[in-house]
Amino acid sequence: MGFLDIKNATKSYGAVKVLHETDISIEEGEFLVLVGPSGCGKSTLLNMIAGLEEITTGDIAIKGQSMAGVRPADRNIAMVFQSYALYPNMNVGQNIVFGLEMHGVPKPERDTAMNKVADLLQIKHLLDRKPGQLSGGQRQRVAMGRALVRDPDVFLFDEPLSNLDAKLRVDMRTEIKKLHQKLKTTIVYVTHDQIEALTLSTRIAVMFGGHVQQLGTPKEVYDNPANMFVAGFMGSPSMNLFPARIAVENGKAVAKAKLADGQDATLPFPDARGFERHDGREIVLGLRPEAITDRDGADRNSQSVHVIEAHVDITEPAGSDTFVGTQMGGKEVTGRFRADVDVHPGQTFPFAINMEKAVAFDPETEKRVS
Amino acid sequence: MSSNATATVVRTGAGSRFVIYTLLALFCLYYLLPLYVMVVNSLKPLSEIQAGGMMSLPDVWTIAPWASAWSTAQIGVEATGLRPFFWNSIVMVVPAVAISTVLGALNGYVLTKWRFRGDTIIFGLLLFGCFIPFQMVLIPMARMLGIVGLAGTVPGLVFVHLVYGIGFSTLYFRNYYQQFPTELVRAAMIDGAGFFTIFRRIMLPSSGPIAVVCVIWQFTNIWNDFLFGASFSDFDSQPMTVALNNLVQSSTGVKEYNVHFAGAIMAALPTLLVYIVAGRYFVRGLMAGSVKG
Repeated sequence: MGFLDIKNATKSYGAVKVLHETDISIEEGEFLVLVGPSGCGKSTLLNMIAGLEEITTGDIAIKGQSMAGVRPADRNIAMVFQSYALYPNMNVGQNIVFGLEMHGVPKPERDTAMNKVADLLQIKHLLDRKPGQLSGGQRQRVAMGRALVRDPDVFLFDEPLSNLDAKLRVDMRTEIKKLHQKLKTTIVYVTHDQIEALTLSTRIAVMFGGHVQQLGTPKEVYDNPANMFVAGFMGSPSMNLFPARIAVENGKAVAKAKLADGQDATLPFPDARGFERHDGREIVLGLRPEAITDRDGADRNSQSVHVIEAHVDITEPAGSDTFVGTQMGGKEVTGRFRADVDVHPGQTFPFAINMEKAVAFDPETEKRVS
Repeated sequence: MSSNATATVVRTGAGSRFVIYTLLALFCLYYLLPLYVMVVNSLKPLSEIQAGGMMSLPDVWTIAPWASAWSTAQIGVEATGLRPFFWNSIVMVVPAVAISTVLGALNGYVLTKWRFRGDTIIFGLLLFGCFIPFQMVLIPMARMLGIVGLAGTVPGLVFVHLVYGIGFSTLYFRNYYQQFPTELVRAAMIDGAGFFTIFRRIMLPSSGPIAVVCVIWQFTNIWNDFLFGASFSDFDSQPMTVALNNLVQSSTGVKEYNVHFAGAIMAALPTLLVYIVAGRYFVRGLMAGSVKG
């Protein structure tokens, strides 16, 4: 049993089931990110943990105690909202200690706690201002201060960075990560931004259509996606998915994908890895852009780099890398080349493909094959 | 050449502006004329009015008509002036406005932030209540007041106005709170605030503009109401509007027009005052409450 247990929890509005049976268990100090496109049920799940939405069936327990029928105020949680939700009529100091006041903490203790949090977040000079006089980043800090001051069991973050501009978002992301490392608190964090999910979390739950598609560490989710949705959603640019035919020869599995010139590229997997029953059938091959590189950029530790000649359709220099487009299995495929490789559209160029990183999916079920 | 052209533009601009201002001034005069007649005639002896010359300024300035209207004029059968009825109106308006505003705010809060099954139907019914013609409820209301023992009393009138007022005040506050971010309420819930604490500490402090709108609207309507006042009050609980009517309509003796004018101005003064004090909030609140979104 974990610190926060979501056991078979579902949520329905009338006949519409917005969250299907969900099981997630995290330990104390973990940073769980719920990530997915809008409407996937991630915010609903967060609100259910907060007690703002009722659980239709199943249960949620914090520290082994069922939260069924427990008011949000009594769950010992704190939440940071997307809009920050600072009380407009109170100044920053009053905003921060409102929760303590409501829980009957005496004034001197409130002030001590407020000053401690204000120091931590460097907002001491703002304590007398009204939320309306603050910038977006400052409001964000105050909202976090309001959560921190409660010293709760679980912190809930509902897309806290989505209202900030791009630069500030990256800064605050780092700051939240630092804060988590320093305070070692348990956090559940909702976002639709897969980069936020990968950088912040100790574990990620990728959600889509009211189902948890995959629950795992950032590395697991990134390297071993459970299905085509997770593969396509996590990572930027997203994973290349294209059809290929499996052939098992001499105990080795080989994927064959058509290139632009009509030739088959033959891509051997490092081993047969349970491809036997797919012999001769079509699968969807998944390769991240960084697994398709120029010859010298290929991963030297990989035992299974395979070079093919392919036609370059397009190059997109991005400063640190150059993204190179070609065709495989009739789909656009993007490779990540080193920035100073001399490659031009129209050329036929050697592409180094790291088959250790290749994943395969069943085109029918969209589930992982290997 | 160019300066000449500019001069022409300015001249034609001034010309059209002259026309606009003249027209506006004429309209202004037209609208202010009744007030002028009332004020002027309330300040002259009756003989001057009877001699004709309603429009002329008084030869002899006097406040006797005001004094008479306030404290000695014949209202119905007694010569009490309007004073006791003015107080009746105050005692009726203040609680009716205060209670209907607070209840409207509570209703708006519940209807937007504590949604429940059938809440839109309830709101619809409340709205419907706003548009039921007054005449339709006269007899049922009289019966009700009789049953609960409030017939012919000031509390009875307060009750009637309260019932009619809640529909509008709920409408105002509901529309205003609709714009109020629900995340704030949720944040307060997680912070541990209860139903009334959230209302008092979070909602009310942000409700200034709409409260002003509601107060002005209710005050004007209830103060100016005649029908309910005439239907549900006894002689000693009549509001100002009914007493003014009795003053003007009294069939005995000479018609003291100057006293009538003074009384009419007295009856209009409180609403005028409320507009002057809170009028700019009225427009601001209307914009914030019902127009935006």
